[in-house]
Amino acid sequence: MPVIFIDNISYNVKAGKNLLEASLALGLDLPYFCWHPALGSVGACRQCAVKVFKDENDPQGRLVMSCMEEVKEGLRFSINDKTATAFREQVIEWLMTNHPHDCPVCDEGGSCHLQDMTVMTGHDYRRYRFKKRTYRNQYLGPLVHHEMNRCIQCYRCVRYYRDYAGGKDLDVFAAHNHVYFGRESDGVLESPFSGNLAEVCPTGVFTDKTLKEHYTRKWDLTMAPSVCQHCSVGCNTIAGERYGSLRCIQNRYNSEVNGYFLCDRGRYGYEFVNSENRVTKPLLRNRPIEAVSEQELNNHLQVTLSTGSLIGIGSPRASMESNFALRQLVGVDNFYQGISEDEAYLLRKIIGVLSSGTVHSASLKEIEQADAVLILGEDIWNTAPRMALSVLQTVRKMAAADATLQLKLPQWNDAAIKEFVQQEKGFLCNITLLNSPLDEVAASTLRMAPDDMARLGFAIVNQMDASQPAVDNPDDNLLYHAKSIAAVLQEAKRPVIISGVSVCNEGVINAAYNLAAFLTSSGKSAGLCYVVPECNSMGLAMMQAPSFDKAVRRIEETTDTTVILIENDLYRSIPSEEVEYFFKRCKNLIVLDSLFHRTTEKAQALIPVASFAEGDGTIVNYEGRAQRFYQVFMPSNPLIKETWRWLKELSLLRLQKSNGHNLHPDQLLAELETALPQFSGINQTAPAHNFSIHGERIPREPHRYSGRTAMLANQHVSEPKPLQDDDSPLSFTMEGYKGIPPSSAVPFFWAPGWNSVQAVTRYQEEPGGSLKGGDPGIKLFDLNGKQPTYFKEPPEAFHTRQEKWLLLPHYHVLGSGELSSYTRALQELSPAPYAILSANDAKRLALAGGANIRLSVAGKNYTLPVQLKKELPDGILLVTAGLLGADSMNWNSWIKVEKV
Amino acid sequence: MTVLQHVLIVLGVLFVLLNIAAGLIWVERRMLAMWQERLGPNRAGPFGILIVLADTLKLFFKEDWIPPFADKWIFITAPAIVVASVLMGFVIIPFTPTIIVADLNVGLLFFLAMSSLGVYSIVLGGWASNNKYSLLGALRGASQMIAYEVFMGLSLMGVVMMTGSFKLSDIVMAQKNMWFIVTQPLGAIIFFIAGIAETHRLPFDIPEAESELIAGYHAEYSGMKFGMFFIGEYLGITLISAMMATMFFGGYLGPAFLPPWAWFFLKTFAFILFFILLRASLPRPRYDQLMETGWKVLLPLVLLNILVTGAVLLWLKG
Amino acid sequence: MFSHLRTIWLTFLHLFKKKVTIEYPEEKVKLRPRWRGRIVLTKDPDGDERCVGCYLCAAACPVDCIALQATEDENGRRYPEFFRINFSRCIFCGYCEEACPTYAIQLIPDFEMGEYKRQNLVFEKEDLLIDSEGKYPGYNYYKVAGIAAGVKAKGGGETEEAPVDIHSLLP
Repeated sequence: MPVIFIDNISYNVKAGKNLLEASLALGLDLPYFCWHPALGSVGACRQCAVKVFKDENDPQGRLVMSCMEEVKEGLRFSINDKTATAFREQVIEWLMTNHPHDCPVCDEGGSCHLQDMTVMTGHDYRRYRFKKRTYRNQYLGPLVHHEMNRCIQCYRCVRYYRDYAGGKDLDVFAAHNHVYFGRESDGVLESPFSGNLAEVCPTGVFTDKTLKEHYTRKWDLTMAPSVCQHCSVGCNTIAGERYGSLRCIQNRYNSEVNGYFLCDRGRYGYEFVNSENRVTKPLLRNRPIEAVSEQELNNHLQVTLSTGSLIGIGSPRASMESNFALRQLVGVDNFYQGISEDEAYLLRKIIGVLSSGTVHSASLKEIEQADAVLILGEDIWNTAPRMALSVLQTVRKMAAADATLQLKLPQWNDAAIKEFVQQEKGFLCNITLLNSPLDEVAASTLRMAPDDMARLGFAIVNQMDASQPAVDNPDDNLLYHAKSIAAVLQEAKRPVIISGVSVCNEGVINAAYNLAAFLTSSGKSAGLCYVVPECNSMGLAMMQAPSFDKAVRRIEETTDTTVILIENDLYRSIPSEEVEYFFKRCKNLIVLDSLFHRTTEKAQALIPVASFAEGDGTIVNYEGRAQRFYQVFMPSNPLIKETWRWLKELSLLRLQKSNGHNLHPDQLLAELETALPQFSGINQTAPAHNFSIHGERIPREPHRYSGRTAMLANQHVSEPKPLQDDDSPLSFTMEGYKGIPPSSAVPFFWAPGWNSVQAVTRYQEEPGGSLKGGDPGIKLFDLNGKQPTYFKEPPEAFHTRQEKWLLLPHYHVLGSGELSSYTRALQELSPAPYAILSANDAKRLALAGGANIRLSVAGKNYTLPVQLKKELPDGILLVTAGLLGADSMNWNSWIKVEKV
Repeated sequence: MTVLQHVLIVLGVLFVLLNIAAGLIWVERRMLAMWQERLGPNRAGPFGILIVLADTLKLFFKEDWIPPFADKWIFITAPAIVVASVLMGFVIIPFTPTIIVADLNVGLLFFLAMSSLGVYSIVLGGWASNNKYSLLGALRGASQMIAYEVFMGLSLMGVVMMTGSFKLSDIVMAQKNMWFIVTQPLGAIIFFIAGIAETHRLPFDIPEAESELIAGYHAEYSGMKFGMFFIGEYLGITLISAMMATMFFGGYLGPAFLPPWAWFFLKTFAFILFFILLRASLPRPRYDQLMETGWKVLLPLVLLNILVTGAVLLWLKG
Repeated sequence: MFSHLRTIWLTFLHLFKKKVTIEYPEEKVKLRPRWRGRIVLTKDPDGDERCVGCYLCAAACPVDCIALQATEDENGRRYPEFFRINFSRCIFCGYCEEACPTYAIQLIPDFEMGEYKRQNLVFEKEDLLIDSEGKYPGYNYYKVAGIAAGVKAKGGGETEEAPVDIHSLLP
C-alpha cells in the first residue's frame, strides 16, 4: 500500500487508484464532475484540480487533474492549496456563466451535484454580466425529462448512455460552446436504462419525469431501503414516500448486485402502489354491500376457516414471510406454489443444481468480472435487464483488461482505454431465439430453437471433455460452433453461463449446468445464472411445495375445500381454462392481494394487503441472495397490512385464540429457518426488529425533512403521535442515528456537503467498492466442492412440424412485469399483444407482416397481429407474454395457427 | 375590654391584614410597572384592582398537585406555618392606642420569636419537596435566617435600652417627642436590612432565586399552597413595615388632623412601597456576598451601635 | 453603597416619566412595512401566483409548519397544488421569506389573527394568497428563469440569448 501525503498528512492508500478516488475514499472533499466511479476518468471538466509537489521542498508545485494522476509511493499533493482552490472556483464560475436561474423549479435542486460542488468550491456570486446561452428541449418519452439549458457539458450522459449502456439514440451534437446532448429529433429514448441519466447527470438536464408529476424534494421524502420487485435480479432500491403516496425509486448502491444503475422497469415501475386499482377494503362477495369492516370479515372467516379442509396457494412475487406464513396456516401438506407444473419442474431442477454445491451462482458483479460469457437461451435484455447491462460491462471490461495489461494503463483511465480498445470486444456468445441489443457486443451470436441450444451446450462440454455425453447426429454447424466456443471457454479463467426458464426447456437448463459444472470442476471459477420469472420465484421454489397442477388434482377429489391464495394473478401463469375449473371446484376462495385483477374478481373474500412499499419482507433473487425490503410508509388505511400479518391473524382466528403478542418478520424468518433448513442464514439479511445504535433507531427521513407540523394540520391541528415501526430498526421520524447504519438498512445516502446521489462514496469502502460493513444480502447457496452429477441425455434435434408451431413466450422489458404493467408511464411504452413468426413460416402460411393470425390455446381463441423475424428458427411461434391483461398460454406446447 | 371587643379586634385585624396582603398583589404589580415606565394591570375593574380577585381565583383553580416523591404531610403543613407565624407576629403591634391584640410586656421578644419561626416553613417545604433545587433553597433560607436573625434582634436593642421596655406600647409612647430614627438611625437601617432578609424579599430572595434555583423551596408548590407562600410573603412585608413604623417612626403617633390608625397606616404603607421600590431597583447579591455582609459588616456595626447607645445612655445618666 | 442609593433614587424618579405602554385594543400600534406578522403569498406583476413550489420555505422553517405540494400547469409552470401554514406553530421568524427565491412568501405587518379554535389557525392557499405584489413590486421569476413556462419563450428572457441552432457549426 503506497503512502501518499495530502496537505502534508500521510495516508495509506490503495495502489492503482487515481488521486481523486484516493481522496474520496479517505473522506476528503474534492469536487468533480466528469469522473464517475462506474465510468472512469476522462479529465474533461477540470474540476478536480489539485497541486502536486515534486517533494517536500518543492514550493512551486503544479496543477494536475486528480482524476488523471495515479497514486504513487510518496506522492505529495495539496487539495487546499490556494492556486488549486482558486482554479476550481474559477472552473465553476465559468460553468455558471450559462447555468440558468432554475434551482427553485429544477427537480434536481436539493440533490444536485452541481449545487454541492458550487458550494464546495465557494463560488457564490455571478460576475459575468452578459447573456446566457439557451437551448430548446426535446421530448424524450414518458420517463425522462429534458431541460438542456442546465447543461454544464460534462459529457457524462453520453458516456453513460452510449459507452456504458450501449444506447445509440442519445448523442452530442453541434460544436464549440453550442454542444447539445440529446437525440437527433424528439422521440422516446430507446434504451431501457435511460432512467439512470437522471442520476448520472450532475445537474438537472435529465430528470425523472414520473417524479415530476408529484414532485418532492429529496429532503422531504420518507425513504427506506427496498428491493426491486419487477424481476428476479433483485436490484437494491431506495423508495421514497410523501403525503401517503410513493414518489420515486432511486438506486441503492450494492456492489454485488446493481451497483450504480437500475433498469427503467425497476425505476419507473413503482406507480402501481398509488394506483386507483388498489384493493383498499376487505370485500365479501355476493352481498348487497360487499365492502366490510375488519370485524365482519373476521366473523365470516372464522366460520369459513373452521369448516372443511384448507389449502394455500403461494406466490412467486410474495415475500418469504408471506409464503411461509401461509404454509404455517394451512399446513405443510396443503401448501402449493401458484405456478404451473412446467415452470415448477424447471425451477425444481434449478434449485436442485444450485443447491448441489457443485456450481457457483454468480452475482452481477461476478458477471461483470467474467472473462467469457455464454448466454444460453435466455433473452436477458427483456427478462433480467439489469443483468444485460452487466453483460455489456463484462464485454467492455474484457477488452479493457487487455489494454491495462499491454499498456499498463490504469483501469479508470477511460478515454485512453477507449482509444486503445476501439472496436475490440470481449467474448460474449449470445444464443437466443431472436436478435437482441446484446448482439452488437457479442463475439458470436446464434439463433436456434431451444432443443438445439441444449444440444449445443452438451456438444460444447463434449468438445472440452470427450467423456461427456455427445449429441446424436450433430450437424456440422453445431459442431463448428461447439468447437469454437469450447476453445474460448477453455481459455477463460472466470467464465459465466447464463440461462433461464423463459425458453421453457429442460434441456437448456441441463446443458447450462453441465457447462458450468464442468468448467468449475476443471478448476475455473465459473459462474452460473438462471434467470427466473418473478422476484421471489427462487424463494418460493426453494420451499419445495407442489405446483398448482397438484392443487387442481387435490381439489378434484373434495368438495369442501377452502382455498387461500396470496398475491397471485393465476391467469398470468396458468391457462384460464384450468384456473376457472379450479375456482369452480373450491368451496371458498380467499384472496389476499394489493391490486384488483382477474383472480381477485373470483374471490369470495378479498383481503387488501400491503405492496412492497407498505410492508416488510424478504425475497430471494436469481442467485439465491436473500434480501430484505423495508416498509417505506405506513398506509393511512389500517386494513392494508402485510400478507404475513393477515395470515398470522387468520391462524389465530382459526385456532380461536385471542390476539397474541406482536409478530415481527425476523421471528417468522427464524421459524422458517427451523422448518426449512435450506433457508438457514436468511434471518441475517437484516438487523433484528429491535436493533438500535446507541439506543437510537435509523431515521427514514433526512434531518431537513419539512412540514412535520403542517402536513396533517388540515385534518386536525393537534399533531398525532409519530408512527411507530416495531418490525424494523428504522423509525418514521427525522430523529435518530446520524451516522452510517448497517449496509442492509441504509434508507438514503447523504453526507455533509454531499446532497446528491454522489454521497454514496461516503458509504463505500472505496469509490465503486463494497458498502461499509459489506454489501447487503445473504447467499443461500454455497459451493462445497462436491463432484458434479452431469445430465446425461441431450435432447433430440428440433424439427418443424406440419401445421403446428411450438408456442413460446416473448417478453418485453417494459410491459411484461406484472406489477410494473399497472404503472401509467410504462403502460405507455408497453406494446400491444402480438405474435412473431419466422419469415419462412410466414411464407408457408402466406402471411405478410402486420396480418392477423388466429390461434387456439387451451380451448380459447386468440387473434393477434403477427410480426415476421428473419432470424427466428422455423417452426416456432412467439407470443408476447406477461402484458397487462394477457392470458397465460400453454407455453412449450404445439399449436395450430390459422391465417385470418 | 370585654371578650367581645377582644374577639372583634382579633377578627378585625385579621380581616384588614389579609385584605392588605391580597391588595399588595395589585399594589406591587402596579408600582413595579410604574417604576419601569409601564402601566401594569389596569384592565380588571377600576384601575385593575380586580386582578386580586382574578389572581386568587386562578390560584384556586390551579391543579393542587402534590408530587408523588414528596413527603405529603410536611409538604401540606409547610405553607400553613409561614402564614400562621407571620400573623402571630402582628399580635403585639399597637395599631392605635386601643387596637392591639395583646400588649405583652415581652412584646418585642415575642415578635422576634415568631419571625424566626417562619424559617420552618421554608426548611420544611424545601425538604418535603424532595427536589434538589428546593432543598438548596431551604438550606439557603435557613442559613440566611440564622445570620440575619441575630442582628435583627440586636439592632432593636438600642431602642429597648432607650425605652427600658420590651412592650411595644411603651416604645411608641417613648417616641412622643422624638422618633427613634433620629437617635437610632443605624439600628433602623440595620433592622430594615435584616427585615428584608427575614422576609426573603428582593434583593435578598436568595432561597427563591428563580434564575439559579428555579423558585427554590417552593418549586414544587402549586395552587393555593403556593398561594400561602405568596400571601405569607406579603404579610411579612407588612409586618416588617409595621415594625419599622412602630419602632422607629413613632407608630400611630402623629399630628391630630389624622386619626392614629391613619398615621399608622400611612407610615406602614410608605415602608411597603419602599420594599417594592427596592425590588424594582436592586439586583440580587450572590449568596456568599449576602452572608459576608451579614456577619462581617452588619453584626459588628450593630454591636457598635449597642456599645455607643449604652455609653451615651450611661453618660447622660451619669 | 452610594451607587445603590442612587439606583433606588433613579428608579423612584421613573414614577413620574411618561409611560411606554400602548393600551392596545383602543390604541393601535404603528407597524413598519418590514414588521414580521401574518404570512401571505403574493402575485407577480402579471397577476399570476408567484410561488413556484420549490419547498425552500418549508425546509427553512424551524418549526416545520409549512407544507405544500408542487404541481405544473400545461405550460410547465410550477405552482403549489396546496400550500398550508399552521399558524398555531408559526413563530414568525421570517426564515421562509428569506429563503423564498421568488418573493412569493412575505410576512406583512398584521398580527391580529387570534382565533377561538386552533383549527382556524391552519391557513390554506386560499387564505394565504393575496392579490398584490407585496413588498417587492415588479419581480416575475419566470422572466429570469431558464425554463419556458408560458411566460416567455426559450431564450426570450432579458438575460438570455436566442436558442442555439444546433445544426449550425458557425462560431
